[in-house]
Amino acid sequence: MAIFDYPIFDEIRRMNKRQVAYQVLNFAMIVSSALMIWKGLMVVTGSESPIVVVLSGSMEPAFHRGDLLLLTHNREDPIRVGDITVFKIEGRDIPIVHRVIKVHETASGEIKFLTKGDHNQVDDRGLYAPGQYWLTDKDVVGRGTGFVPYVGMVTILMNDYPKLKYTVLGLLGLFVLIHRE
Amino acid sequence: MHSIWSRANSVFAFTLTAMSAVTFAVFLSTIWSQRVTDVTILATNPRVRVMPDYISESGRSDHAMVSLNIEADVSPIFNWNVKQLFMYLVAEYKTPKNTINQVVLWDKIVLRSERSVVIETNAAPKYYFIDDGQHLRGHENVTLYLKWNIIPNAGYLANAKAEGSYQVKFPSQYVSGRF
Repeated sequence: MAIFDYPIFDEIRRMNKRQVAYQVLNFAMIVSSALMIWKGLMVVTGSESPIVVVLSGSMEPAFHRGDLLLLTHNREDPIRVGDITVFKIEGRDIPIVHRVIKVHETASGEIKFLTKGDHNQVDDRGLYAPGQYWLTDKDVVGRGTGFVPYVGMVTILMNDYPKLKYTVLGLLGLFVLIHRE
Repeated sequence: MHSIWSRANSVFAFTLTAMSAVTFAVFLSTIWSQRVTDVTILATNPRVRVMPDYISESGRSDHAMVSLNIEADVSPIFNWNVKQLFMYLVAEYKTPKNTINQVVLWDKIVLRSERSVVIETNAAPKYYFIDDGQHLRGHENVTLYLKWNIIPNAGYLANAKAEGSYQVKFPSQYVSGRF
């Protein structure tokens, strides 16, 4: 147990049960606050994924890899041409952020639309599921309403280097547990 | 309070807070800025043909062509929080099959420069103007208007419609042969 002889762990050795419980409670408070903020955002924006990170360069030069998009999903407001929609193809998990270039709406309100990335030469029909030529409301995760550059780079780095993700999370957890303030 | 780690920690936390505050201020400062301006749109030589289309239920769809003339001076839209404008021309019309049809015919990315003026003369549409059905022949009321998506440096992604549209009337006969 030589590792616990370092001064950084003095705090733990001096703690009694009540202080340990306090630290754990502190940790739980931080985690649940983060969760509340996330779920609160989901309710306010109406989207199951209120913040997405742009993963590909298909919308350059507007959005680059690592930019952050705030999504809202207002089902009352119909999809119109020019909207930046985030959608998921049936059977695939990855959300795609592209622009709507064609909309056809019937009298009963059924909408079918076609998307294309700004930087792509062709529209997205090649990306849709086999036999699917149009997207509908149920494929939509949300519409891009807000934009913050670069901030999402952290998520991309953590996804590309999973070891980095575990190290950062591990270190964070450790520091919250052993730090008194 | 004097170790290198606590100093680095304070500096890092303060930098993050300051940058978030400035980003938010940049967003707030341009909420009410001008988004719309006047444009001139003219479409000449409208023609329609019918083409085989594997996507439609009937197997055939109307395909329309026009010659586009666009004049837009968007310099007043560029403020310090505008990264670029994504400008696109929309053809909107109503058919017996669909109450609303919107097709993007042409788009352009307008980057920041000394004076941003877009002038297109007799340009061909960038994208196929294909109807969902065969309702463009003889259509009297296809409206062309210009919209742009204002991409900010940080903040709200706005879609604005410019003042100035053009109504296209398509001939009642199909064109055959070369288009």
